[in-house]
Amino acid sequence: MSDDVLRVRTPIGVDYGWTAGPRSTAYLQGLIDGKLLGKRCPTCTKVYFPPRNGTCPMCGVLLGDDDVEVGPAGTVTTFCVVNVPFLGQKIVPPYVAATILLDGADIGVQHLILGIDADKVRMGMRVEAVWKDSSQWGPTLENIDHFQPTGEPDVEFTDYAGQL
Amino acid sequence: MGAERCAVVGVGQTKHDSCRADVSIAGLVREAADRALAAAGMVMDDIDAVVIGKAPDMLEGVMMPELWLAEALAAAGKPVFRVHTAGSVGGSTAIVAAQHVMAGIHKRVLTIAFEKQSDGNAMWALSVPMPFSMPVHAGAGGYFAPHVRSYIKRSGAPTHIGAMVAVKDRTNACANPYAHLHEPDWTLERAMESPMLWDPIRFVETCPSSDGAAALVLVSEDVADSMDVPKAWVHATSMRSEPTMFAGRNQVSPQAGRDCAADLWRKAGITDPASQVDVAEIYVPFSWFEPMWLENLGFAELNTGWRMVEDGVTDLRGGSLPINPSGGVLSSNPIGASGMLRFGEAAMQVMGVAGDHQVDGARTAVGHAYGGGSQFFAMWVVGAEKL
Repeated sequence: MSDDVLRVRTPIGVDYGWTAGPRSTAYLQGLIDGKLLGKRCPTCTKVYFPPRNGTCPMCGVLLGDDDVEVGPAGTVTTFCVVNVPFLGQKIVPPYVAATILLDGADIGVQHLILGIDADKVRMGMRVEAVWKDSSQWGPTLENIDHFQPTGEPDVEFTDYAGQL
Repeated sequence: MGAERCAVVGVGQTKHDSCRADVSIAGLVREAADRALAAAGMVMDDIDAVVIGKAPDMLEGVMMPELWLAEALAAAGKPVFRVHTAGSVGGSTAIVAAQHVMAGIHKRVLTIAFEKQSDGNAMWALSVPMPFSMPVHAGAGGYFAPHVRSYIKRSGAPTHIGAMVAVKDRTNACANPYAHLHEPDWTLERAMESPMLWDPIRFVETCPSSDGAAALVLVSEDVADSMDVPKAWVHATSMRSEPTMFAGRNQVSPQAGRDCAADLWRKAGITDPASQVDVAEIYVPFSWFEPMWLENLGFAELNTGWRMVEDGVTDLRGGSLPINPSGGVLSSNPIGASGMLRFGEAAMQVMGVAGDHQVDGARTAVGHAYGGGSQFFAMWVVGAEKL
């Protein structure tokens, strides 16, 4: 009996809708307008970007209504160089996937680092957002094509060690 | 607390492989279950209840497989309980099964965990784009590699530690006939030349994708005392979880893991884990997680776990605290079963039935599992004697 009788491949696909809720809607609307908008927890005062499901995961309360603009520059807290290709991958490897602590935010966000050789990327490096042409903007963080170095001095490890 | 005593009286597992095309999922779980029952000298009719676990259903695309599997396990008509805690599920499932006994509800419980990675695509299933984030994720390796980098930076560990752990675990696996990878020829020098997949994680420092299943038979004290088979007494169990993302989260050494370990040691009456535990099977899918978990579990002080690796403390032969004598997740990773394999290996060690990967004189052993974004933890301590 041949293998293609023992095992058959049947690809499936799934499309989901996602109900964003008011706080994530503000974040997504901000992206359409070219702004990075987070929300502050009224209890612990931490700024969440993105505000995900609209609540503070530690305090369990709704994040505040007011928009808090963050970025567009930030600090690379940590990163990896992705050399492995896989099914459904949206970015061609090798690429640097970094956690970036945007100025004014209290939690890092994942994004791509370009404009520098992968082996030159550093923890503590200062980077800024490079936006796509506004004609391509939608309700997605992909409006930012990538982050690139600002050329500012690196941030001291002790200043971001609490983010790792 | 009034909990009944509980003992493991049978451990079974499949031969793990990249593709077990000879069996369906049903056949895979039956293979492990039959071996656990045989080790316990039991048949399926002796079992009161079945507890089953696996990682997310998306990994194979079969929703609620426990319903389909009930008949394959001859569990139809018996209570069946499904556990979901991502990659830690094999450990959590064993704990839930133990609790069925410790609560006095059932006397003989069969627990099974499995994954048939060849039926699906885990890299795809673990890289689903989220509407609020950038699609830079690249499977589990892409998720964990930045945290490994943080550990290296924070601890000052030399870059060969990950390769040392990889060589140790791949070598240990050669003594385990059920392990997926049998690669006896690894040296530190060769491992250091292994290509970077998710820099700083090298290819040799990653787990394989495996098909496999694990099963345990757990019984109450009166049943265990009437049986003439090797036993592992459950001394303590603990589970903890925390959110994947919150401001200021310690992603290298999560608080949930530290809290879980502290609870475990307290329940087991252990005050100095590094000297009182003889052997530990801990969930290390990427080799750097060995020193990271040694610190998180309290076997080592902060930033010193890598020194235990470098000094050979965690070696199977000659180490005072052998870690992953089975070859670990790094040598076999049927994801849902991986946690139960850790728990089962800990039991086999104190039962004295671990064959060529037996740690001499093992009386107290730890099984550990974690899952999700380092957010779900499950642990147990088993002993050769009743606590």
